[in-house]
Amino acid sequence: MAITDDVLVIGGGLAGATAALAAAETAPDARVRLVTAKQSTLRHASGLIDVLGYAPDSEGQGQEQEQGQGQTPIVDPFAELDTLPTGHPYERVGGEAVRDALEFFDDIAGDAYAGGHTDKNALVPTHGGTVKPTARYPTATADGLASDDRDALLVGFETLPDFEAPLAAAHLEAAGAPFDARGVTLSFPGIVRDDAKVTRYAHLLDRNEQVAAAGEDEIGAREALAAAVESHLEGEPRVGFPAIVGDDRPAAVRESLADALGVDIFEVPMGPPSLPGLRLEDLLYAALEDAGVRMTSGVPVVDYETGNDAIDHVVVDRNGAEIPHEAAQYVLATGGLVGKGIESGRERVSEPLFDCHVPHASDRYDWFVDDVFGEQPYARFGLAPDRELRPLDANDDPEFRNLRAAGAVLGGYDYAAEKSGAGVSLATGYVAGTRAGEESE
Amino acid sequence: MAHDTTVLVLGGGSTGCGIARDLAIRGVDVTLVERGNLTGGTTGRMHGLLHSGGRYAVSDQASATECIEENEILRDIASHCVEETGGLFVQRPEDSDEYFREKLAGCRDCGIPATVLSGREAREIEPYLAEDVARAIRVPDGAVDPFRLCVANALDAERHGARVETHAEVIDLLREGDDIYGVEVRHDSGPGKRTHATPGTTEEITAEYVVNATGAWAGRIGAMADLDVAVRPSKGVMTIMNVRQVDTVINRCRPKGDADIIVPHETTAILGTTDEEVDDPDDYPEEQWEVDQMIDTLSELVPIIEDARTIRSFWGVRPLYEPPGTGTQDPTDITRDFFLLDHAERDGVGGMSSIVGGKFTTYRAMAEEIADHVCAKLGVDARCVTAEEPLPGSEDIAVLEEGMDSFGLRSPIARRSKQRLGSRAPDVLETNENEANPVICQCEGVTRAEIQDAVEQSGSDLNAVRIRTRASMGNCQGGFCCQNMANELHPRYDEETVRDALDELFQERWKGQRHALWGEQLSQAMLNYALHATTMNRDNDPANAPAQVDYAQFDGGA
Repeated sequence: MAITDDVLVIGGGLAGATAALAAAETAPDARVRLVTAKQSTLRHASGLIDVLGYAPDSEGQGQEQEQGQGQTPIVDPFAELDTLPTGHPYERVGGEAVRDALEFFDDIAGDAYAGGHTDKNALVPTHGGTVKPTARYPTATADGLASDDRDALLVGFETLPDFEAPLAAAHLEAAGAPFDARGVTLSFPGIVRDDAKVTRYAHLLDRNEQVAAAGEDEIGAREALAAAVESHLEGEPRVGFPAIVGDDRPAAVRESLADALGVDIFEVPMGPPSLPGLRLEDLLYAALEDAGVRMTSGVPVVDYETGNDAIDHVVVDRNGAEIPHEAAQYVLATGGLVGKGIESGRERVSEPLFDCHVPHASDRYDWFVDDVFGEQPYARFGLAPDRELRPLDANDDPEFRNLRAAGAVLGGYDYAAEKSGAGVSLATGYVAGTRAGEESE
Repeated sequence: MAHDTTVLVLGGGSTGCGIARDLAIRGVDVTLVERGNLTGGTTGRMHGLLHSGGRYAVSDQASATECIEENEILRDIASHCVEETGGLFVQRPEDSDEYFREKLAGCRDCGIPATVLSGREAREIEPYLAEDVARAIRVPDGAVDPFRLCVANALDAERHGARVETHAEVIDLLREGDDIYGVEVRHDSGPGKRTHATPGTTEEITAEYVVNATGAWAGRIGAMADLDVAVRPSKGVMTIMNVRQVDTVINRCRPKGDADIIVPHETTAILGTTDEEVDDPDDYPEEQWEVDQMIDTLSELVPIIEDARTIRSFWGVRPLYEPPGTGTQDPTDITRDFFLLDHAERDGVGGMSSIVGGKFTTYRAMAEEIADHVCAKLGVDARCVTAEEPLPGSEDIAVLEEGMDSFGLRSPIARRSKQRLGSRAPDVLETNENEANPVICQCEGVTRAEIQDAVEQSGSDLNAVRIRTRASMGNCQGGFCCQNMANELHPRYDEETVRDALDELFQERWKGQRHALWGEQLSQAMLNYALHATTMNRDNDPANAPAQVDYAQFDGGA
């Protein structure tokens, strides 16, 4: 007996979660299920919600462009959405859908995220020191914006080599940020091993664990950290830390530090493992639970059956047992090359679950250009959908009537260059989920 | 006329560094110039095989004999650079029995310990060998880290008073009449350690004697003084696997051919190679078919390679040479022996000799012969001791192993560090109790202390740090650690220098990955690109942009 749902979403990253939430909202009576095979790639993500930071295919960009001759970032991403080339996921769904998706996200995120008060991009300093354009940012990062002209003290830690605060401060100055930034490197109270995981830092602060303090008995980790920072403050009204300021209770930790120091506290987004990315995942999974979406994790889709140009059912592998899952509508949100929703061999690039058509050059030496930051063809690998987000075959016909695709499994855009990853996942997840919900009824 | 230095060595590969060390220990005042990083030419672009001599045991027995002698010396003086893996010459059913017998006899003639194993015995040693491998000859091949070995020679030369200048390209040979008396070099960022974003300078360095040890580039140097040095550069591809499919050097036992060797090297295995003459050692095609040939042909010996992950490929250029008039057509037939061309005898131009041909395993013996020649010219009477004197890092290795101090590091990291640093480990790793020593490169287990030691040696050049430490050479090819390595340059170097150094390293890491862009490594490449472009915005960093960003236009907060 197959497990039967109305909408089956495959893939549990930002696009898949958004699709499932949108389907559940559109069709409140529908059974919506999300199946995931493995950990999502959100642990790699900064937790920022980019919409569009740089225009794709603009003049001067591309293979011949010398590194260091960058464009300036887009101020209003929504104003640029209608100028995108045909086939870009935003062009497929249309500018209005992108706005709707961002509103949908704002409702889900509540006060965990900020930036919805304006259409303009924010410029956020990240761990490399320079700024990047983004449309929404965690509240934990809100006091760190580079357009905010208040001076800032950046605090790094000897045992966290990913963030060298004095270097980041100098880099911000080189990037022309309109405030003075200084950086100091401290040792983190309570961290005894040089290779402690980032969650260890966060948990010390979450639980306010007792740690050894100079010349005193043990005190709480938050107080100890504030005391270590205090002597380095030179009147800066805001202090930035790498994104380890709490895991389960980040707002409370920030508040404690802010109260103790009399300044605003912000987090600088970091590379993997990224706590802001994992917090975003937690937020989405809580919303999925609230919305009554059924969740089945750790089950890769291994097979499928078709009938009538549609997917009849898929088969998942649960601990070696093959279990059929049947639904009226399917959303494929398995990610791109990183999430393994797109795979490749020496001869060919493919979509492994349904073997949907992935446009690509036949010679793998045409998959890249020589400048590492040039216009990379591989970065655009993915499915080409119609305006309903149904993946198209080589003849531009939908592969299946009831399959839509969302997020990085789609091609035709370079999210890294454009800074559009989260926005595309939200917009296409929202549209695919909404349509799937509508048609499931 | 007073000279700046007694002997000027051109080229910072194994030959040049070996000569500089040999002469410096003999008390000769030496300067070495290298246009890029040490090992930047051919030395850093080889498969890392420490020959037993088995490969030449049929075709070139003089070379084979020299290989086994030098193999034994290097195990002794460079133990921290050598892994005693052993090697197998593997025979497939279609490979000739007669050649197998010749190989075995040749090894024995040359004093190379050789034993015959059945196919089953060979698979007991290397379980991934193909089921139909018929038999094998076991020889004492090894794996050697060419970077570490070359740097150790340069370090020891410096300890004995030599001046070593990297990023100093020879732009002219100074010749007066029939005498060469020095060179003009262009320092990429001024003399001394390299610092990015520092303007270049030129310098004339005069010497009593010049040794042209620039290998495949020797012809170009010779031409600066109208000397004809007919090097025949020959390229070969090497493909790096992300893990060691084998722990023993695997050679195909057949007369000659491409794609016939797998060398386990540190955390990887290196597949090699091809042999094709090129016109210009700096500019030759790197082609897809060469990579595919490595995988397809070597899968006949080790079938799992067919679907395994490769992390990059690179090409090296052999400095082959044969005396004028020999006329060998196929580069694989050109001798691997080396030639000392004394331009006084050969061309009537004094003051310089060129070294061409040769191979890495016998670099020390070559250096000894050349140093003898130079000493005779200079009237220096001093004996060569490089066959007995251990290199820095291979001294008192027994003491280190007895101590087994883990320097506060978790054991796998401490073990890897000690393998790389050898007897230098206590000096480098015994950091102040209060100083943190976090891991900077997770793939290769490289800590801050080791990075800082390399920066101390080589300046802001992160590729020079890479070859000393292996940081950024693992699976992620620097995606996760390049920026952490760059962070370690600060505050010794300023922000702009750090940014330039990072860009250079990241681009270099990309260069080799282009030849491994499918499967897992393409996914890795996309992740690396995303981390550096999406999160760090390194592709459009306003600090590099010509136009100033108008910050006031953007969201300044609610």
